[in-house]
Amino acid sequence: MTLNRTITPPITDAVSFDLQLKKCNQYQLDNGVPVYSLDAGTQEVLLIEWVFYAGNWYEEKNIVAATTNFMLKNGTDQRNAFSINEHFEFYGAYLNRSCYNETATITLHCLSKHVSELLPVVAEIIEASVFPEEELNTYRRNQKQKLEVNLKKCDFIANRLIDEYVYGIQHPYGKYTSTLDYDRLNREELVAFHQRFYAEGNCTIFTAGKIPANLNKQLNEIFGKLPLQQKPTPVIDHPLHPSTEKKFRIINDAEGVQGAIRMARPFPNRHHPDYSKVQILNNVFGGFFGSRLMSNIREDKGYTYGIHSYIQNHIHDGAWMISTEAGREVCEATIEEVYKEMQVLCSEPIDEEELSLVRNYMIGSVLGELDGPFQLISRWKNYVLNGVDENYFYNSVAQIKTTGSEELQELAKKYLNPDSFYELVVI
Amino acid sequence: MILYNRFTLDNGLTVLVHEDNATPMAVVNVLYDVGARDENPEKTGFAHLFEHLMFGGSINIPEYDEPLQRAGGDNNAYTTNDLTNYYCQLPAQNIETAFWLESDRMLSLAFSEKSLAVQRKVVCEEFKEHYLNKPYGDIWHKMRDLAYKVHPYKWMTIGRELSHVENAHIDDVKQFFFKHYRPLNAILVVAGNVKTDHIKRLAEKWFGPIPSGEKYVRNLPQEPVQLEARKLHIEAAVPLDAFIKTWHMDARLEKGYYVADLLTEILGGGGSSRLYQALVKEQKLFSNLDCYHFGTMDAGLLTIEGKLVKGTSMEQAENAIAAELEKIQQTPIGESELTKVKNRTESVIAFEDMSVMSRANSLAMYELMGDAALMNTELNKYRNITTEDMTAYSQQIFRESNSNTLYYHAK
Repeated sequence: MTLNRTITPPITDAVSFDLQLKKCNQYQLDNGVPVYSLDAGTQEVLLIEWVFYAGNWYEEKNIVAATTNFMLKNGTDQRNAFSINEHFEFYGAYLNRSCYNETATITLHCLSKHVSELLPVVAEIIEASVFPEEELNTYRRNQKQKLEVNLKKCDFIANRLIDEYVYGIQHPYGKYTSTLDYDRLNREELVAFHQRFYAEGNCTIFTAGKIPANLNKQLNEIFGKLPLQQKPTPVIDHPLHPSTEKKFRIINDAEGVQGAIRMARPFPNRHHPDYSKVQILNNVFGGFFGSRLMSNIREDKGYTYGIHSYIQNHIHDGAWMISTEAGREVCEATIEEVYKEMQVLCSEPIDEEELSLVRNYMIGSVLGELDGPFQLISRWKNYVLNGVDENYFYNSVAQIKTTGSEELQELAKKYLNPDSFYELVVI
Repeated sequence: MILYNRFTLDNGLTVLVHEDNATPMAVVNVLYDVGARDENPEKTGFAHLFEHLMFGGSINIPEYDEPLQRAGGDNNAYTTNDLTNYYCQLPAQNIETAFWLESDRMLSLAFSEKSLAVQRKVVCEEFKEHYLNKPYGDIWHKMRDLAYKVHPYKWMTIGRELSHVENAHIDDVKQFFFKHYRPLNAILVVAGNVKTDHIKRLAEKWFGPIPSGEKYVRNLPQEPVQLEARKLHIEAAVPLDAFIKTWHMDARLEKGYYVADLLTEILGGGGSSRLYQALVKEQKLFSNLDCYHFGTMDAGLLTIEGKLVKGTSMEQAENAIAAELEKIQQTPIGESELTKVKNRTESVIAFEDMSVMSRANSLAMYELMGDAALMNTELNKYRNITTEDMTAYSQQIFRESNSNTLYYHAK
């Protein structure tokens, strides 16, 4: 029998899958620090993340939060930067730190067998970082140099500016760093920020992987006695100051051969009823390789290597963003095509074939993301920090399966109107 | 220990199956034994452009992505100087969709003129985005050209110049396909929630009828031993001076490769590495510094690269690096430092092996190198390296005559 290769093999529609989110074990340390723990996976590896409410939302001066976070590895009252690094690296472990808007994190990846050697030094960093002046000077100089290089890149500039337009330069989501900010930093500010937001801050711990039997006990002995969760995190209101002008064209490099295009409009956070449904609309629009923006602007016109749209993952206010780097001479044509695609979504319902493809694709992706302990804990962390629970997961999955084209068209009309978008090209 | 089953179809296609029923997903990974090193020097960038064309429709299926997405799957591909690899992941129930799609594009592409015309543009934009429109974006174009005189690692995967991509013709595409994209030159790895018997039936059904093609015999000019240091000064509109130096090192399966890998860790792996500590933190000559290699199949380059703190001269920077290399050549590395980099390697391997996609990819890679079983002996090769090996190899490669230096001056 000859094989007929033109006939698609039968598939099980991913929308028929019953997706289950593996439950996260929750407990508290003696001082009230909540721990979320996910025991899964086959490799003998472990991830532990300490999340502090120590993002730039809480700083009084630009880059104090980011610098404090960065310098957590640069010295404690017992160890200098080299010996901190050497300690973790000797055990093949990775200690990373990242600063976001509301939160700042310390993340440990290690082989499960080494964890007890590593935890005490993480505690030392939280309790007794000292921010040596010399380290601060080195950091300052090297970061300034790095910034100088980044300022030559059109995508870097565009990312900064579009956030400034949407949120305002004073807002934690809209502000950015200048070389002057580095000069203005002083050590005492870092010490004070660390004391308030780390040493006596509010912390949540996430762990995932092959969890050793006594990990809960170890965490409690080491972190449960620290003076954390004593004071509430301050409630600070940062008003938005969006730009009144909407369209910007900037030449950063006269010789540039590409332009970085960003288009954005304000969009509510995940507590808004439209949020999950718009994720579907966004997928159709520019959220994956088969999206309309990608099909039209890359696969049909060849204007760019890639074009994407997404909803920014912010705790407070968000934005719906379109982002691409396109040939200098086709930037305006690209923007025009983006608006055309918005227009089509507003005026014509998405046909059932396309919608079912996107549904299946999205459910397949979620299924893939539920695989592996680190991915799972990252989803849980996102839920916990955004103040939602597992119902959010089941609701979103239900939305993917049931939201119809009529409702999506209404959402397109509500959000995808060109007048509400900021528009920026940086060459 | 990564377990797998191996069988070969009558047409010569090698198939590996790695069963893991802890995941609901399946991965289908197809590796073709062709990379930028197999290109004609006048038509560089072709292997990579070709990778793009593999998504432009095959003989019986007008669109690759759409049916895969409909089956809940996702995919990607990459091209290196050595090989081209395609991989997709989808819910295990729908695995036959991946067999259908992958086998059809191994059978034959549609060779669409439109797809070629568009992808030429897309790749040119990729070229601009990553290499032309970025400060320091041309470093590796220049360095490869300096360090390799005959071996095709002379050029980047993206191509030597835009015009090579712009001039690609549909006849080149056809010829390339039927020379390299044949079952005899491919390795299929299926991993995840699958059973070998079932995969065997699917492989025979979908890939079995494809003509085997001719085995591609690689016969590349090998780079002769370099006898004299090469230096190149360039000026560009960048904010900072940069210093990049490379030394020829052994091919992927040689013992020297493993020693070189640990040497890069000692020198540049992390905040406690020697170069970072001495030159960034203590002497404050560099604002950043990296030491790495690309893990190439043929003899590669060990690289030290960094940006200079303003006020530092190229000479100071170069001498300070030389002093560190002299230390590593003259004083045996202590046991604890050697243990550190071996522990790090152990944990890199453990983290890599977490995802089923990465396991599938590694199996294909090691099979290409000769035997997938190498994946399970890799860690031991690192463990067996001694302090003496490290000293001897650092003396062997860190010779000035074996080096290529690029002085990248800010205008």
